[in-house]
Amino acid sequence: MAIAPISSPHARGSNRTRTLMLQVLTATLPGVALLTWFFGWGTLINILLAGSFALTIEGAILRLRQRPVAFYLNDGSALVTAWLLALALPPYAPWWLVLVATGFAMIFGKHLYGGLGQNPFNPAMLGYAVVLVSFPLEMTSWPVWRGIEQLQPGLTPTLGLLEGLQRVFSAGSLPVDGWTTATALDIVKNNNALTLDELRAAEPALGSIASRGWEWVALAWLAGGLFLIYKRVYSWHAPVGMLAALGLMSLLFWNGSGSASNGSPLFHLLGGATMLGAFFIITDPVSGATSNRGRLIFGAGVGILVYVIRVWGNYPDAVAFAVLLMNLCAPTIDYYTTPRTYGHRKAKRGLGKGQ
Amino acid sequence: MSAQIRLWDIHGGIHPAENKSQSTTRGLEQVPLPRQLVLPLLQHIGNHAEPVVQVGDRVLKGQLLASAQGQFSCPVHAPTSGVISAIGPAPYPHVSGLAEPAITLDNDGEDRWTPLDPMADYQSVEPLELLERIAAAGISGLGGAGFPTARKLLSRPEHPIHTLIINGAECEPYITADDMCMRHHAARIIAGIEVLMHILKPARILIGIEDNKPEAISAMRDAAQQCAAQVVAIPTKYPSGGEKQLIQILTGEEIPSGGLPADIGMLCQNIATVLAIHDAVLLGKPLISRIVTLTGAALDRPTNVEALIGTPIRELLAFAGLQPARLHRLVLGGPMMGYTVAAYAPIIKTSNCLLAATLDELPPPPPALPCIRCGLCAEACPAQLLPQQLHWFALGKDYPQLQRQNLFDCIECGACAYVCPSSIPLVQYFRAGKSEIRALERQHTRAEQSRQRFEQRQERLQREAEQRERDRQERAEKAARAKAAREAKAAEDRAAAPAEASDLARVQAGKANTLSPEQKQLKIAAATARMALKKAQKQLAANPDNTDLQAQIPALEQALAEAEQAFEQATSQEGS
Repeated sequence: MAIAPISSPHARGSNRTRTLMLQVLTATLPGVALLTWFFGWGTLINILLAGSFALTIEGAILRLRQRPVAFYLNDGSALVTAWLLALALPPYAPWWLVLVATGFAMIFGKHLYGGLGQNPFNPAMLGYAVVLVSFPLEMTSWPVWRGIEQLQPGLTPTLGLLEGLQRVFSAGSLPVDGWTTATALDIVKNNNALTLDELRAAEPALGSIASRGWEWVALAWLAGGLFLIYKRVYSWHAPVGMLAALGLMSLLFWNGSGSASNGSPLFHLLGGATMLGAFFIITDPVSGATSNRGRLIFGAGVGILVYVIRVWGNYPDAVAFAVLLMNLCAPTIDYYTTPRTYGHRKAKRGLGKGQ
Repeated sequence: MSAQIRLWDIHGGIHPAENKSQSTTRGLEQVPLPRQLVLPLLQHIGNHAEPVVQVGDRVLKGQLLASAQGQFSCPVHAPTSGVISAIGPAPYPHVSGLAEPAITLDNDGEDRWTPLDPMADYQSVEPLELLERIAAAGISGLGGAGFPTARKLLSRPEHPIHTLIINGAECEPYITADDMCMRHHAARIIAGIEVLMHILKPARILIGIEDNKPEAISAMRDAAQQCAAQVVAIPTKYPSGGEKQLIQILTGEEIPSGGLPADIGMLCQNIATVLAIHDAVLLGKPLISRIVTLTGAALDRPTNVEALIGTPIRELLAFAGLQPARLHRLVLGGPMMGYTVAAYAPIIKTSNCLLAATLDELPPPPPALPCIRCGLCAEACPAQLLPQQLHWFALGKDYPQLQRQNLFDCIECGACAYVCPSSIPLVQYFRAGKSEIRALERQHTRAEQSRQRFEQRQERLQREAEQRERDRQERAEKAARAKAAREAKAAEDRAAAPAEASDLARVQAGKANTLSPEQKQLKIAAATARMALKKAQKQLAANPDNTDLQAQIPALEQALAEAEQAFEQATSQEGS
């Protein structure tokens, strides 16, 4: 009997990286469906474009790096990066914008560091940040949502597939009037004359809390995130840290409903990319902190930075920058949040240098 | 007694498929006597046993074959009667497949016992004597590592045992040996616990059994009605049967890192070990058999057997209906912590389960993907380590950080590797890291020892040189004193003797240029001192850094100056 000596454990669980990745994608589906309902085909086109770009680029680089292409493509990580990036980009973003963002995410965000598991930064957020600072016009052209025409007859949502494809693939700069508008975060940020009630009357896009459409999409991300926590794809620590810190910041600095209002806690929690970030971006395990306590701190850091940049910074939304900044801190957080091991009176924390 | 006590949870843990029911349907069976038994001399942690029989000897069942070498050792007894056919390297159940010294016994089919010495009234016997009896019966821990039991029971006065824990958790999938042992031998186990109570005098006795063994729990509760021991059903979760984990579950206390349960006044014994203690003390029987689970989908009739130590694995598998074509992996122990063995090896005292698995049952692991730090391993780790970080440092061979991250608190339970979605063989990394660190530490110790040896040698050489110098100075002083005495005497003589004689003598001396014997001696002493100085200077030139020589030079120079001065004085006095 030739039986290979194999070391224990001999039994293995059925969990696979690919399964985790597919679960993440599944959890985005309610949000994707709502985005599509409110904004038309743009999100799906984004996903399709980013997904195929990412897989092509990943395949090409794996070949260059002489790695087994099919084996690594199969892990689903490239698809998840592209998918989340596609959700973060405005629907109907021009195809080249998607290409630049995806290409940067895959090449500079992932493979230059050594591929899966080696990247210090969240690749999707790196790609997003690059196009955000490079192409501000395209990146702030968010299409208007279904139903806006009844409130503001000058605006028409882009709902047809053909129309959407034309916007994505039309050459040259886009006429952005008529089908895009500023986001709620933008409106509140740039307002310095009206009270919030007046603002609501003037800008129907603002909705009751954080813009119609957006609120529902945010709730869909929340639902997807709760599903992932229930499925134990990730722990609750990072999302709770971020939402709690952001909620606390917006509560502390909530300046009433006057013109200097920084927005209510609910406005910040349901507005912009907060929920997408909390449940799909900062939960990226590779670039985040690794212990539970570390994740709580990591999430809280993101929440605080998001508020700081949103309210006192130059950008209306800030999830990408906040995540990238906290990615820088993650290794240090890890060194200082080691849990106490069984049989030890206390944890060994710190960098462990000079001992 | 079965009043509820408070239970504590362990960190992490997993729930792998239990696969225990396959092997519990046929009860506890007897295997036919094997034709030949192979009895390794090392079936425990510690020193090899030393054979006390020779090839060709006829032995009886239970007779001593090899005696223990020190306290960290266990004797080996004949599991049946027969003839010793070989003593030497023989197959051994180890993952390496390497042979180990063993005694081979050919069964004579009579199964005749050596006279036994049962002890019914052990209550009146001193604990130490009982320990000797347990040691003489060759009992080592039957649950896992095989620590010599008598040694473990030898309580230390500074740490009296207040809690005795009997480990019937049997948390590993597939294994049912302790379960069957409790179902069939509950009364003997309780009697064994009473022996332990007499030895240790603990304040409380807890028997921890996972709640997936209801038959064993009720059998033990029935048997323990008249006993102070408390049967506690604990939630089924791997690895609750680890000594550290079971203690935590039952008492909420943790064994200090690197320490023993005795450090916190506790002692843990496995079910099968307690049974062996009962047999050794009350029946006088040495440890020559044990209960082994035979299971796995490659067996037609998985079961539990009472097998003689030394029975070849293939005979046990054949008894359980092995289908060799289906066998893909043969594991001794469970699927979480067991190791692969060859079927020609024998079972030893620590062998609790043989898992003959098919390809579907234990498929080869898929190729590992890079770690994505998902942290599922950290959630599963019962030692509250961060396996993802340990893996990272192990890959980078960063040994200081590995130790800082408490690598040596890893109990290698395999929970991390079980949950890893990237299918990384984490336990292998940790074992390799541990052995690398141990090797480095050994190297470091050796280097430290040589450094100490070198320094001690240098010190010794210096001491010797100083001693020589002192001796020489003493001799020189002695010579000077003697000379002074002689000179005083000579002066007296000269004062008495006629002057012409002195003149004559001087002329003679001037003529022949001859020296008196004393002068000769002094001249030789001066020449020797000069030679010594020159030699030292020469050595110093070749070895400029030698501080010993540097220290010697002034002393030698002084010695030379003194010798020359003495000689000159002698000659000039002679001449004056």
